[in-house]
Formats: sequence, C-alpha cells, structure tokens
Amino acid sequence: MNEVLLCAQHLTKRFGGLAAVSDVSIDLWCDHIHAVIGPNGAGKSTLTNLLSGELALTCGQISLCGRDVTGRSPEQISRQGLGRSYQKTNIFLPFTVSDNITVAALSREPQQPWNPLRWLRAASRCRAANQRCARALELSGLQDRRNQQAAALSHGEQRQLEIAMTLATEPKVLLLDEPLAGMGAAEAQRMVELLAQLKTDHAMLLVEHDMDAVFALADHLTVMVNGEVIASDTPANIRVNQAVQSAYLGEETT
Amino acid sequence: MSRVKANIEVLPRSVQVLLAFGLVALVIFPFSATDFYIQSVTRMMILAIFAMSLDLLQGVTGLVSLGHAAFFGLAGYALAYLMPQNVAASLWLTLPLAVLAAALAALVIGFFVVRTHGIYFIMVTMAFAQMVFYLFFDNKALGSSDGLYINFKPSVVLWGWPMMDLDNKTTFYYFVLGALVLVYAFLRRLLWSPFGRALGGIRINEQRMRALGYTTFGYKLSAFTLAGALAGLAGFLWAAQTGYINPELMGFHMSAHAVMMVILGGMGNFAGAIVGAFSFEYVLEVFKDLPTLGSIDLGKHWQLWIGLFIVLVVIVAPRGLLGLTQSWRGRRKAGDE
Repeated sequence: MNEVLLCAQHLTKRFGGLAAVSDVSIDLWCDHIHAVIGPNGAGKSTLTNLLSGELALTCGQISLCGRDVTGRSPEQISRQGLGRSYQKTNIFLPFTVSDNITVAALSREPQQPWNPLRWLRAASRCRAANQRCARALELSGLQDRRNQQAAALSHGEQRQLEIAMTLATEPKVLLLDEPLAGMGAAEAQRMVELLAQLKTDHAMLLVEHDMDAVFALADHLTVMVNGEVIASDTPANIRVNQAVQSAYLGEETT
Repeated sequence: MSRVKANIEVLPRSVQVLLAFGLVALVIFPFSATDFYIQSVTRMMILAIFAMSLDLLQGVTGLVSLGHAAFFGLAGYALAYLMPQNVAASLWLTLPLAVLAAALAALVIGFFVVRTHGIYFIMVTMAFAQMVFYLFFDNKALGSSDGLYINFKPSVVLWGWPMMDLDNKTTFYYFVLGALVLVYAFLRRLLWSPFGRALGGIRINEQRMRALGYTTFGYKLSAFTLAGALAGLAGFLWAAQTGYINPELMGFHMSAHAVMMVILGGMGNFAGAIVGAFSFEYVLEVFKDLPTLGSIDLGKHWQLWIGLFIVLVVIVAPRGLLGLTQSWRGRRKAGDE
C-alpha cells in the first residue's frame, strides 16, 4: 500500500443548525486519485475548504504528511505540502500568466517580509522559483501564453493557470475542486491527461461532476449526500451500489 | 498585444518620458525661480514623498489608510525634540531617529490594524491617528495645540567638513529632490521584488495568497511599517523646512490630503503619487488665488472648488491622471483597428 499523505477523521462542519459536512473521514494516498462526487450541496466544496484550513472545523482531526494540522491556518497547511485549486477560478487577473505562477513559486522561498534584502532583489532573479515556475508552465501547457494577462485568457486556460499556480508550490497533496468545470471537450481531455500525469507523485483529491473523467481517473470514490458519506469504495463497486444509484437517480417507487 | 486592462505597476513609455522631463525641469527650476517658488516646489516634493509612502499601502497592498499623517507628524515632532534650543543638531542623528520613531509607531499601530479589512481598516487607522493627534493636542508637555518650533535646520557635517547648508533654500531644495528620487527608485525596485509581488498579490486576492502559503499578516505589517517610516522621512523634511510642527500635520485632514493626492495621480505605481501630489498642490494654489467676482471672493471658497474638482476627476479619470494617458492610448489603438 502507498503512503497515506493526508488523513482526515470525523470531520464535521456546522453552520448554525446545518451540518454541511458531518462525520466525514477520508484518506489520501500517494500515487492515488480519490474522487469525491455527489449532488449539488452535498458538502464537497466545504470538505475541500476544511482540508485546506480555509474553514474552521467544528470537530474532527486532520494530519498531513505525518503531522497534525488540525486548526492550522491555510498558509501553514499550504507550507506543510498541500496545494489546492478552486471551483471558481481564483487567480490574479491583472497579473500576467508568468507573474501569477511566479507569485505562487515565490511562496516556497523563505518568508521574510521584514528583511530589507528581499525588498531590493528582483523577483525574476530567484533561480529556484524560476525553475518551479518553468516546470509548472510546461506541465500546464501555458508556455505560449506566459506574457499574456491572466484576464485575457479563455476560461479553460484560466483553469489551467489555476492548476499551474498550485503546482508551482510543489505540493505533495493536491485538492482539486472541479478542475473541469465549464471546459470544452478538447480542454477537458487535456486536463484529464494532465491529472493522470500528476497522479504519479501526488496524493490527489478530485471533486468533479464530470462522471466520464471521474471514472477514467479515480482509484477510489467517495459519494457524499447532504454532508454525509453514503459510500466509499472502488469505482467498480460504486457503479453498482444501490444507495448511490438512488441518491443520483431517485428512489424507485412501486 | 491584447491587454484587457494594463497592469497598474507597468509604466507606459509616455509616462516614463513625462517623468524624465519632470526630473529635468525640477533640476533646472531653481536657476529661474525666486525663493518663494523654490520653497513651494520643495513643499510639493515633500508631499510627493508622503503620497508615495501612502501609495505603498493604498495602491500596492490595497490598504486604504486614513491615518497616515500620524507618522508624518510624529517624525516632525521627533525632530523638534531632538533639536536643541541654541545649536543645530546633526542630520546624521536626527534623520535616522525621526524615521525610526515613525517606523516604531507604525509597527505598533500596524500590529493591531492590519488584522482588519476594507472599511474597518479605514476606520481603525483613522481612530489610531486621532488618538495620536489628541495625545499631542491636549498635552502641554508635547506642545499642545500650539505646536513646537524648530530653531535650526539640521547641520550636515561629514568628518568636520560642512557638506551642505540646509539653511540655503536652494540647497534644501536639492536635498529634498535627492530624497524624492531615491525614495522613488527604492519603491519602484521594491515593486518588482518578491516582497513587492507578494504585496500586489495581497491587494488582488489575499485569501488566495494565504492558500499559496503566504503569511499575509507579516507582509502587511512590514508594508505598514515601511510606509510609516517613509511618511516619517517626509514629515522630517517638512518640519525641517518650515521650522515648525503642530498637531494639524498629523490630523485627519492631512491624512485625507494624502489619500486624495494618490487617487488624483493614479494608484499603485508611485509615479501617479508624484504626479498627484504636484497637480493637487498646484490646483490648490490656483483655487486659493481665484479673484473676487462682484461681492463673492472666489478664492476664499477654495475648499468648495477643490470638492468639485475631485468629483470631476473621479468622473473623467477614475484611474487617476496617469490612467488618463492609458485610456487615451487604448482609445487610439481601438481606432486604429
């Protein structure tokens, strides 16, 4: 069995009386894609936000790369090796493509905002960051667009940029919230290939509505409905699972 | 190249040329002007430094401070305390200490205020500045509402050799011009450093920066402290020039003055702050000099005209005067196609 890089146990998030996520446990293995599916409002994005630290847990525990990160801030969790993308494209629109990725790559440099030496060195002179940036550009296939302003990219390219930024931080665990949302068929195909390629050295959580992509990529599937996990199994078993079928297709009335 | 909306940090060639001409004009200006005008332009340059220091917060980091004058004034007061009654203190002592005092105050105040966002940041910076204002306004020992006099200009002596005489208005003018150029060069360089890129990222999307692993608090606090220090430099120069410091210089009006200068010129690239400071001061003088028409003294109501002027600028040039050059270029390009 591969190494477990992220282990989340009994995660619960309540917004007032509403349990958006209740008692969800999930493990992410290296070299493994763990897909989370479920109808709208099932709590998939909330789960992602809990794992990345952007929402505070009501209860539960998360360990990342062998360390307990429960209750840590998003920046601490990110530096511990977690990268995420957003359901709604979340990039720096006024920056160029390479500036976007450079800012992401620079986040792995020493964080010394109070150090005057770091006020005067040009960002383009950071060799390690440049290498990370070049690699992320290459993986995402955005080299030709590098000097383009992010706002001028097509929707699909912006999604690619979003992933490229995440990759530039060299995470071990990737949380991808609907990376294929709103993509054309050709773009989606490219993205699926990229994700399959990334699988080899990452642990990946994939939240996605595109079932073709999910079944093509996932090694493990978790199905959520109303904040709860109703099934967690291999894709083949999920396909024939009664509870999942009724959740997606409705109950059969006789 | 199809740019949707030019990045505010990037200066178009036209602006670069404008700045170069401006610098040449500033260098030769004292040869053709009387002391009175040399002093007014010196004041404009000091305010330009002040506006640039605010732009680091407002335009680059996206933190609109309505209390920035507190640090401007504090450095002026620091100079007043450091200057003995009967002899000139050294610039090498007073300048670093005054800037340090402003930086320390900014560090302490920043520690509390940079946790807040948006409108709350505006309110809290204003509240802290008002506290500082009343601390000086109500305290006899701190000069109270009358302020303090500074009897001498700082002396600039290097190993026994009197380098320059700041009492000379032209010398002081060039000293301030040097400071202006240095601060501008420093800030432009900072803009493209890892620190500057991070501040830009925080302006656009702080949440995303945190998800990327940036401790944004440290970045914002550093920017706030640095901006406070540079405002302190401006305040020091102001106090040295006028030989007088009073609480008004750290008050709400002074802070708002800086915000307006930055908005007028265009935010986020420091060139706009300079242009804004010069044009705002110029327009201010023009309005104050308006003639009397019949029974109405137009000049006396300059504040009304300034208000109308600001409204006009916001309508015609929402991205500031520098933004105008860009939208003209954009329109011309659109016409070409």
